[in-house]
Amino acid sequence: MTELEVDIAGIRMRNPTMLASGILNETGRSMVDIAKAGAGAVVTKSVGLEPREGHTNPCIVELECGLINAMGLPNPGIDAYLEEVAVAQGGGVPVIGSVFGGSEEEIAEVARRMASAGVAAVELNLSCPHAEGLGAEIGSTPDMVERICRAVKAGVEVPIFAKLTPNTSSIASLASAAEEGGADGIVAINTLKAMAICPELGRPILSNRFGGLSGKAVRAVGVRCVYEIFDAVTIPIIGVGGVTTSKDALEYIMAGATAVQMGTAIWSEGVGVFSDVCDGLAKFMKANDYGSVEEMKGIAHR
Amino acid sequence: MPIDNGIRAFAITEQIDETPTIRTVHLDGSMHAQPGQFVMVWVPGKDEFPMSVSYPGELFGITYKVAGEGTRHLSVMKPGEKIGVRGPYGKGYSIEGESILAVAGGTGMAALAPMVDLAVASGASVDVVLGARTQSELLFRTRCERSGAAVHITTDDGSDGSKGLATDKARELLEAGDHDMMYTCGPERMIVGLLELSGTTGVPMQASLERYMKCGIGICDSCAIDGKHVCVDGPVFSHEVLSKLSDLGRTRLNPSGGRIPIE
Ligand SMILES: Cc1cc2nc3c(=O)[nH]c(=O)nc-3n(C[C@H](O)[C@H](O)[C@H](O)COP(=O)(O)OP(=O)(O)OC[C@H]3O[C@@H](n4cnc5c(N)ncnc54)[C@H](O)[C@@H]3O)c2cc1C
Ligand SMILES: Cc1cc2nc3c(=O)[nH]c(=O)nc-3n(C[C@H](O)[C@H](O)[C@H](O)COP(=O)(O)O)c2cc1C
Repeated sequence: MTELEVDIAGIRMRNPTMLASGILNETGRSMVDIAKAGAGAVVTKSVGLEPREGHTNPCIVELECGLINAMGLPNPGIDAYLEEVAVAQGGGVPVIGSVFGGSEEEIAEVARRMASAGVAAVELNLSCPHAEGLGAEIGSTPDMVERICRAVKAGVEVPIFAKLTPNTSSIASLASAAEEGGADGIVAINTLKAMAICPELGRPILSNRFGGLSGKAVRAVGVRCVYEIFDAVTIPIIGVGGVTTSKDALEYIMAGATAVQMGTAIWSEGVGVFSDVCDGLAKFMKANDYGSVEEMKGIAHR
Repeated sequence: MPIDNGIRAFAITEQIDETPTIRTVHLDGSMHAQPGQFVMVWVPGKDEFPMSVSYPGELFGITYKVAGEGTRHLSVMKPGEKIGVRGPYGKGYSIEGESILAVAGGTGMAALAPMVDLAVASGASVDVVLGARTQSELLFRTRCERSGAAVHITTDDGSDGSKGLATDKARELLEAGDHDMMYTCGPERMIVGLLELSGTTGVPMQASLERYMKCGIGICDSCAIDGKHVCVDGPVFSHEVLSKLSDLGRTRLNPSGGRIPIE
């Protein structure tokens, strides 16, 4: 085991960086390229049962400190998307299938089909803040989170990860509910509900009005969420939100994450960000005598 | 670098009919774009879509065909009304060569016109093959002639120039001439034909591609073509890249990310 290798719910990764859902993962070929660029694993785009076009443009706003998006979960439907998953599996790193749905039965069905493609794990998107009746709208109460996890778990063999919303008063109680429902890991955080207005036009920019904030602006919130979740559960945590440098990844790891996902950093830094973060982690560990990522996990809880 | 929420508001200064189906809208601000770069145009309350910058600089303008709801709403907007624009985005044409052939089909001339202007101004000799369905749809013919390019017309119905495909005229010119670079923008089938010509004649080429775009900034994967992204790696690609794109001329993604054949 090299120093950067990590194990999450039995999934061995060559390093703790992963591609986050929704960024450069509509096509299998793009996921292969992210694996080649150095990611330790890739998460797919969130897919549902039926094709969805997503929200009308504009669906993205560029800020100094990140992005606001309201893509609206566009996807070709699970059956068509499995072709892209098969291509992604040629990338040589674990592929984690992200799924969403409007009810526990629907999510369980999409998860079952996703698992049939041989993915390493299934990630449940219980947290998209800008799709009516989906994502965070069904993943904001501990009760629903637990029921969905239980329903999915009953139908798949591979580990399941619950991706949680920070748009709640207690993300730790959502995480406990996921663990109670049988989740094998927690992914935190999805985007923060946000809005941008164009003053000259006097209206919100996004066609959906509301979107989700990602990137550097949300890192400190994400780190706080992971810190709280670490105190509430025993299952592994994957930290997401604004990771752009190895220092950011270290914050998440020391707060309690076993691995980190990156999305918006690809916009600000390019795909080289995966190997840059890994190089920085290795250097830090050498300079500070850490032999593994596991040794640093959660040490800020002292 | 993103500024002011990335989007800037521009008032429309005028709308000019270029052909019965194509208009240019000029906006009250400057846009410093390289030839071939594009902007995302937001028609408030309707849609946002990619458009090549047909007039870069102080005269900022885009030239569009009414293709659906968004462009139809743009076409009825009056001077003084405002739209949002973000960009410029993407990689445009890199201007090289002393003897240039530009091949435009339909609205493709909107992307190529600034390149023709710049190439002529920098001293290159420029042949333009301008192809359209019929005479009245020829875009920027006078603009190209005024800039000093030699313009060769082809129409599907033979109402002007030679009857037939722009690619046939391009073959003729390539075989007779000493061109050292070919530039193109237009229907994908035409681009595929020109790529073959580039292979047989050895004249390198740069082509601007179109794919359905959402983010325009290289993160959503909507405009992916064999791992390349038209919004940031393109829209202009060199023949080295084009010849490796197995989806070229075959498939593209629809707004939900499903693969559909190219007509
Ligand atoms: C880089 C680039 C540069 C372009 N430059 C020009 C130009 O200079 N002049 C011009 O007339 N057209 C240009 N287009 C095509 C133009 O974007 C579409 O015609 C326009 O989006 C139609 O919008 P709509 O709402 O009127 O049509 P809709 O009714 O929404 O759709 C009609 C058709 O337009 C295309 N389209 C719609 N939305 C998009 C989108 N977001 N991205 C890509 N294609 C879309 C689709 O093929 C669709 O079938 C360019 C496209 C790209 C990718
Ligand atoms: C354009 C875009 C699309 C996204 N789509 C999804 C999605 O489909 N499913 C999901 O679980 N998260 C989605 N997210 C959220 C990211 O996976 C991630 O949780 C969030 O962006 C924070 O990480 P980042 O700052 O590294 O981008 C999306 C984010 C962006 C910017």
